[in-house]
Amino acid sequence: MTAGTLDHAPAHPGPATGIWSWMTTVDHKRIGVLYGATAFFFFMLGGFEALLMRWQLGAPERSFLSPELYNQLFTMHGTTMIFLGVMPLSAMFFNYMIPLQIGARDVAFPRLNAFSYWVFLLGGLFMNFSFVLNAAPNAGWFGYANLTSKQFSPGLNVDFWVIGLQILGVASLAAAVNFFVTIINLRAQGMRLMRMPMFCWMSLITQMLLLLAFPVITVALVFLMADRAFGTSFYSPGGGGDPILWQHLFWIFGHPEVYILILPAFGIVSEILPVFSRKPLFGYAAMVFSGAFIAFLGFGVWSHHMFSTGMGPIADSVFSLTTMLIAVPTGVKIFNWLGTVWGGSIRSTTAMHFALGFVAMFVIGGLSGVMHSSPPADLQQTDTYFVVAHFHYVLFGGAILALLGGAYYWFPKMFGYLLDERIGKWHFWLTMLGMNLTFFPMHFLGLVGMPRRVYTYPAGLGFEAMNLVQTLGSFLLGSAFLVFIANIWKSWRERERRKAPADPWDGATLEWSIPSPPQEFNFPELPTVEHRDELWHRKRALGGPLPEPARVSGAGIHMPNPSYWPLVTALGAMVTLIGFMAGGVAVNLTGAAILFFGAFRWAFEPAG
Amino acid sequence: MPLWKVAFRSAWPGVVSALGMVVMAACGGEYPQSTLAPKGDFAGMVDVLFMTTVKWAVVVFVLVECALLYIIWRFRRKPGDGEPKQIHGNALLELIWTIIPALVLFFIAIPTVRTIFRTAEVPADALEIEVIGHQWWWEFRYPDERIVSATEMHVPAGRTVALRIRTADVLHSFWVPQLAAKRDALPNKYTTLWFTTDSVGAFPGQCAEFCGLQHGRMASLVVVEPPEGYAAWVARQQRGSPLNDGGRLVYATPDDSAAASADSILVQGRRAFLSAGCVGCHAMAGTPTAGLLNLTGPNLTHLGERRTLAGGMLPNTPENLARWLREPQVVKQGSLMRLARPLAEDEISALVAYLRARQ
Amino acid sequence: MSAADAHAETIYHDELPSAYTGLDTRKLAIWTFIGSECLFFASLISTYLVYKGKSLVGPLPHQESQCMLHGQLQQCGAIFEIPLVTFGTAVLLFSSFFVVLALNGAQTGNRKRLIGWLGATVLAGLFFIGMQVYEFYHFYHKGLGYTTNLFGSTFYTLTGFHGSHVTLGVIWLATVLVLAIRGKLPPRKAVNLELAALYWHFVDVVWIVIFPTVYLMR
Repeated sequence: MTAGTLDHAPAHPGPATGIWSWMTTVDHKRIGVLYGATAFFFFMLGGFEALLMRWQLGAPERSFLSPELYNQLFTMHGTTMIFLGVMPLSAMFFNYMIPLQIGARDVAFPRLNAFSYWVFLLGGLFMNFSFVLNAAPNAGWFGYANLTSKQFSPGLNVDFWVIGLQILGVASLAAAVNFFVTIINLRAQGMRLMRMPMFCWMSLITQMLLLLAFPVITVALVFLMADRAFGTSFYSPGGGGDPILWQHLFWIFGHPEVYILILPAFGIVSEILPVFSRKPLFGYAAMVFSGAFIAFLGFGVWSHHMFSTGMGPIADSVFSLTTMLIAVPTGVKIFNWLGTVWGGSIRSTTAMHFALGFVAMFVIGGLSGVMHSSPPADLQQTDTYFVVAHFHYVLFGGAILALLGGAYYWFPKMFGYLLDERIGKWHFWLTMLGMNLTFFPMHFLGLVGMPRRVYTYPAGLGFEAMNLVQTLGSFLLGSAFLVFIANIWKSWRERERRKAPADPWDGATLEWSIPSPPQEFNFPELPTVEHRDELWHRKRALGGPLPEPARVSGAGIHMPNPSYWPLVTALGAMVTLIGFMAGGVAVNLTGAAILFFGAFRWAFEPAG
Repeated sequence: MPLWKVAFRSAWPGVVSALGMVVMAACGGEYPQSTLAPKGDFAGMVDVLFMTTVKWAVVVFVLVECALLYIIWRFRRKPGDGEPKQIHGNALLELIWTIIPALVLFFIAIPTVRTIFRTAEVPADALEIEVIGHQWWWEFRYPDERIVSATEMHVPAGRTVALRIRTADVLHSFWVPQLAAKRDALPNKYTTLWFTTDSVGAFPGQCAEFCGLQHGRMASLVVVEPPEGYAAWVARQQRGSPLNDGGRLVYATPDDSAAASADSILVQGRRAFLSAGCVGCHAMAGTPTAGLLNLTGPNLTHLGERRTLAGGMLPNTPENLARWLREPQVVKQGSLMRLARPLAEDEISALVAYLRARQ
Repeated sequence: MSAADAHAETIYHDELPSAYTGLDTRKLAIWTFIGSECLFFASLISTYLVYKGKSLVGPLPHQESQCMLHGQLQQCGAIFEIPLVTFGTAVLLFSSFFVVLALNGAQTGNRKRLIGWLGATVLAGLFFIGMQVYEFYHFYHKGLGYTTNLFGSTFYTLTGFHGSHVTLGVIWLATVLVLAIRGKLPPRKAVNLELAALYWHFVDVVWIVIFPTVYLMR
């Protein structure tokens, strides 16, 4: 395959550095870095919100936080961690790594990619702006009707939540179309689906979940917005509506959403374990099919979030069985990961520590999930700290540990220097200790009767000791993140002597065949692939490591031009949606005008 | 690193916590709201099922985590290691580790479905109580006994209690962990929960569905009494109940007596109850709103013998009652206890005396 | 046309990277988007069905009821006017046929066929929108507001979103029509019309589900 089809366009029109270059970039690698930096900031914000809550709960009857502020914090902590933390951290890796792993120069629609990022940033800022007005969302991250009705939530809090999520939904849907098409259509020659890296497979399945789940929450939010802004009764019993409709619509989205959160993590772990065991992933096909089965079945379990609503024994039984069923492919994955490391030669890098830690912690989260799958038992567990323990084990012990592993694994590729391994180990062990001290006692706390979402608790119910341990653990966990930041800073300071080669880990996949960091066009020549784990095969054929790839001029390679129309269109989208909570039709129309203007100019922009 | 070190470093937080669990499970008394020491049949059935899942979970946990720790130790890279055998998979293993977990789940699914159907059926001849969730207090109405109560639900030991649960505003969830489990309170239909218990005592519970500002302060108390104690309680509650005699007083209280001095503190308290607007939100026997249901606040006819105030938040003492009357928005910010006007201190003292005499 | 125009690749990226599946990447994107939109409309239609028959007051679609009109409780007739909507449905269905003819014109370089049938498609779309606007206006004056009852809320939300999708489709097709008139839609760029046509067919298919579910089913 030749380098490019057009000779005339330079590879780098426009400035390569400076803020404007970042605001107009359509390069998937830069967009990935933007996602990562922004998401990490929001993640820290969500963590800070958690520490405030843990301080409040460290002793009974504390009045450090007012009930209103506490309720805003727990709502925003959940919303932030899910939509502004884990999802965009995964998007950082989708952006940076998918084109590299499939042997492409960029994603299918680079400007749409930029659009997704800007909408995400604007949505996150918009939602958090609510704090400035002391009107942050306060009805929980799954905002049950009819508490969210205008009658019972008269302020702007819920409106910020509804509009914010709609904005973020636009970003997610646009990105999902983009990555789905990219993985299907931009793979290098010879990269059959069953030769694709497992991260790409899990990402592909995740995009399909996004495409099918987000429209449902969009509709749910439209109904809520209509109830609040126009006075319909979709969820209001007074007008004949049913609050339970919200729960169904929300969880039909919400359950696939948790698989959206975890599947990329599964993919990352499936990349790390083989490389640092020096053996291929065990059961590649089983891993693909179990991932697909989990996603498919994930649309059939949603009412396990509703076992306490009295749906009747038949509905309870059906959803109980489907929920138990989904544990089978999940278990298959755990065993295949064990099979990958079994018989290997395990290198104890920080990335490997996090990947193994993931396996250990995710098992715990998965087992408490199985306990929830039994409705009668769940009737004691639901809405208590037991379920808080469950989802923190799968989300922190699962998704976050995997994302941290991915960070250590792919950092040298993205930034050209290696993170400090010694500090990395400290980061890992502090995280493990902090995490377990914070979340393990929550299992018991829930079982001895502490409900969730309570801003304080009385003395005398036996909650004190566990809450104190959890609070101490949470601060330890927070300090672990400070160690991580210190690692990045120290390594950046020493980056000259920590320079990373193209392939610091003896990797198996295509991203390790190009310089660290890659050049704008990724591959001087688009690769041809003949095997799964292509790079291992090439090294084996050569009898040793591949020569360090040279940086080449890239002349003749045609890359898309930067553009500011995605940012303009993103602004238009946000303003249009804001009109539904403030300013009325005038704002809607202004936003729509900006949106259409931006979209038209985008469509008719010279392709470059 | 030797295996014991790896195991220790990885596992000690979990082990410490697990030991803690064992200790705590044994001490049911120190955890009055615990699900682990059930005193009612519903909670007991749930506990048996839960312990089944725990048993299997512990087995899986130990097997998988030990395997992981072993693998990490046994296959760590040693100097001189060559390339390990490049195995890609094993179809038989895939089959085995698909079927065995499915079987384990089968052993959980069977008792689960059985328990679902057993608990769905409300036993016959149960004492029916209507449970109504409000922001942020629980109301109980006994249609057969013709009484109403707030926060405290008294029930007889040895008789099945059937709860019909709904909300007057947003979603709540009624939860009494030691006796039964929880059930959400919905606005447009009734949900049900039931239990039978032989254990006499007071069993606390909390609302278990986020319902707004003071969700954390929406407690309940199920007081299980021996049958005679229960009957006596019912008899007392029937006097002045809106469901029984329309709230008319049918017994003499000190402030009713003709001999009572016009400025006795109880009479002053009653005057304050009327003039300060309490009567607009709280039904009280012998006052104009005595027979009304569905007012904003609970019926206070028998407040004097209740153990708690403010939705189970405060013990019912004179000091707490005074605080609650003096500054309800400070005590429970956002609650719907909003005074028409601030109360003078002498009014508060009079009200405290008056309310505490409502037995 | 300026040199820059002639040189620049306008409208869309004509030279997208080679497609692994052989399918045009932009067509794949439209199909993907359509798949997602199916779930969007499925949720709206499901809610309509769940709330069917649950309105507390009228007007109702297929039967008489009590409703509030001019501040008074009155007897109201069934509100649907099936013949009008059936005609609009037919027009919409034909418009899908028209756009196929237009696409053929684009692909074969037949300018008259392209512009004629594409114009007809746009007109048909505008007619459908007009019919819907008229219908909404008519319903409103017969007492069916957005918040009147569950039927009104679900009906207007569902058909309103469909109508807005039709509107966006008309704008898109009209844009392509303008390009065609200005000679900027040669056969090698016919895919630009095909993308709009795919979206248009989807909008049509959604209506094929909505029409019997909402209008015909009792």
